[in-house]
Amino acid sequence: MNATTALRNGWQKVFGAGARSARPAPGDTSHGTILYLEDISVSFDGFKALNALTLYIDAGELRCIIGPNGAGKTTMMDVITGKTRPDAGSAWFGQTTDLLTLSEPQIAEAGIGRKFQKPTVFEQHTVMENLELAVAGTKTIWTTLGSPLDRRQHERIEEVLETIRLQDRRSMRAGMLSHGQKQWLEIGMLLAQEPRLLLVDEPVAGMTPQEVERTAELLLSLAGKHSVMVVEHDMDFVRSIARRVTVLHEGHVLAEGTIDEVQNDPRVVEVYLGE
Amino acid sequence: MQTSHPAIRLLAGERGTQVFLALLLTVGVAAPIMHLAFPEGSALHLSSYTMTLMGKYMTYALLAIAVDLVWGYCGILSLGHAAFFALGGYAMGMYLMRQIGTRGVYGDPVLPDFMVFLNWQELPWFWHGFDMFWFAALMVIVVPGLLALAFGWLAFRSRVTGVYLSIITQALTYALMLAFFRNDMGFGGNNGLTDFKDILGANINAPGTRVALFVASAVALGLGYLACRYITLSRAGRVVQAIRDAESRTRFIGYRVESYKLWVFAFSAVLAGIAGALYVPQVGIINPSEFQPINSIEIVIWVAVGGRGTLYGAVAGAVLVNYAKTYFTATIPELWLYALGTLFVIVTLFLPKGVVGLADKFTSREPAARAVTA
Ligand SMILES: Nc1ncnc2c1ncn2[C@@H]1O[C@H](COP(=O)(O)OP(=O)(O)OP(=O)(O)O)[C@@H](O)[C@H]1O
Ligand SMILES: [Mg+2]
Repeated sequence: MNATTALRNGWQKVFGAGARSARPAPGDTSHGTILYLEDISVSFDGFKALNALTLYIDAGELRCIIGPNGAGKTTMMDVITGKTRPDAGSAWFGQTTDLLTLSEPQIAEAGIGRKFQKPTVFEQHTVMENLELAVAGTKTIWTTLGSPLDRRQHERIEEVLETIRLQDRRSMRAGMLSHGQKQWLEIGMLLAQEPRLLLVDEPVAGMTPQEVERTAELLLSLAGKHSVMVVEHDMDFVRSIARRVTVLHEGHVLAEGTIDEVQNDPRVVEVYLGE
Repeated sequence: MQTSHPAIRLLAGERGTQVFLALLLTVGVAAPIMHLAFPEGSALHLSSYTMTLMGKYMTYALLAIAVDLVWGYCGILSLGHAAFFALGGYAMGMYLMRQIGTRGVYGDPVLPDFMVFLNWQELPWFWHGFDMFWFAALMVIVVPGLLALAFGWLAFRSRVTGVYLSIITQALTYALMLAFFRNDMGFGGNNGLTDFKDILGANINAPGTRVALFVASAVALGLGYLACRYITLSRAGRVVQAIRDAESRTRFIGYRVESYKLWVFAFSAVLAGIAGALYVPQVGIINPSEFQPINSIEIVIWVAVGGRGTLYGAVAGAVLVNYAKTYFTATIPELWLYALGTLFVIVTLFLPKGVVGLADKFTSREPAARAVTA
């Protein structure tokens, strides 16, 4: 049994092997891969925001994506979550879910959660209500109209509150939270959805050093149980959490490897110094 | 923890709701007694004019909470709700026309007067069934509901939002107005439907009938209010408010935003239709001017003046503005539109939470029900 199969088995133990789980297809060798992006291109009025981007994420991995402004990091997340449709390429979640055929809520249901670049919690709702909105479960209007949350969902919310350390803020309006707390709440909303893949866009921008540290802990604790893709500019932060780093530049992958490998890569140095 | 079922919390915890329901109950019981039990001339007598006026205000209040549900809670600024109100009114009007029978000017047992006048030989197909009250009552719900579903399905599915949505709702009501103005549409052209005689076998002008219509309006308002309050307290209500505040975010956490909007919009249209159906027998006429674009805008002003996103604010706004309108149009009619415009500007600039927000500020420890952004 090689490492990736072990990972996948562990994965299935946690989440069950359903139709949704990454299941090896005949002739497929990348058993532990949860996200496949291949040759994705997106252009806005002729400008190529993504240019034949190819990227794979393994189950349980914590991947950092770095790259200069405008490299296409956010656009990539838009493609994965169904907000932007690419002009070309393919995007698969596991071996069975073709992301390009699904709508945003369907993608969320399939198990991809997203934290946006600027924090977007529901400011008028309390912390608790934000998590209630996010928590996994049936989300049709007939269910939400007729029945309150069940016990399992309540337990899940309590767990998440503990993870993001906002137990004593549960009844506070989310709009009153500090910037860092909002970011955590948003990560908590992601967790409440029980996603298999978390996309996290610039989580530590504007945070105090303590908050940054706490966020690093939080993300590290998630890896393994979830696959996490983090976009971040703060290199110290990236260094503190990253195992594998991908550098995007002008819409495609410039380099990939450990943080030291990419930081010493002459092409990467050139891109960053050229700014 | 908020584990309790929303039905249990319907009456609890919000003073505005409690005050409103207490007032509604008091007025709903006292007005009929004052009208029927005290002779004219007695200081306690309530004239039939006043009672009918109050009944009319109640139907307006129901219409206002329908608009508050879509606008205040879901963020859909509908400028077409008068159309649903008028359609409900027409459905009721058609029933009332069929009740006239041979008592019309031309004495035709089946055809309403305006059809005889137009030399029509037989009843158009869409007038069939309206001689039965249950059928008309069903149409009061079905017609506005279906129109809202069809319209909403087209609009929300193509993600038309904000000002564009408001504009097409105005276009909807305008188009319906033009259609109903045409004689060959079969709805009485610009005269509309009027000269009603009976409702459910009772003389529509008899004091007992007036009282019954008034009570029916009060009951509809109370039930409509509770239904809306139930929705806003349920998890679905929080989803709806989440859509108002951050639509695409709501989509990313797995909600089918379009279907939520669609059902809220359709439910609201049905409430508006019911309000219209109760309005028509009390005022005695329905004509295409009810579809005027300005009418829909006025409803939004009632809600803004009262304070949106609270439901009871919508009721307060509907009653206050219409009381002012009754007063103005009786004394200085040419100033009414200016007064309304000024009121709207003042409220927008100085009272973003409307009069109930102002009342809360002075009387309450708890903050006003959730502020509405933007
Ligand atoms: N909807 C859009 N219309 C036009 N251009 C867009 C759109 N979205 C993104 N772009 C452009 O595509 C490029 C990539 O943008 P993207 O937001 O993905 O970059 P990023 O890597 O996330 O940058 P940052 O680090 O600043 O967040 C940018 O040049 C941006 O201006
Ligand atoms: Mg970005």
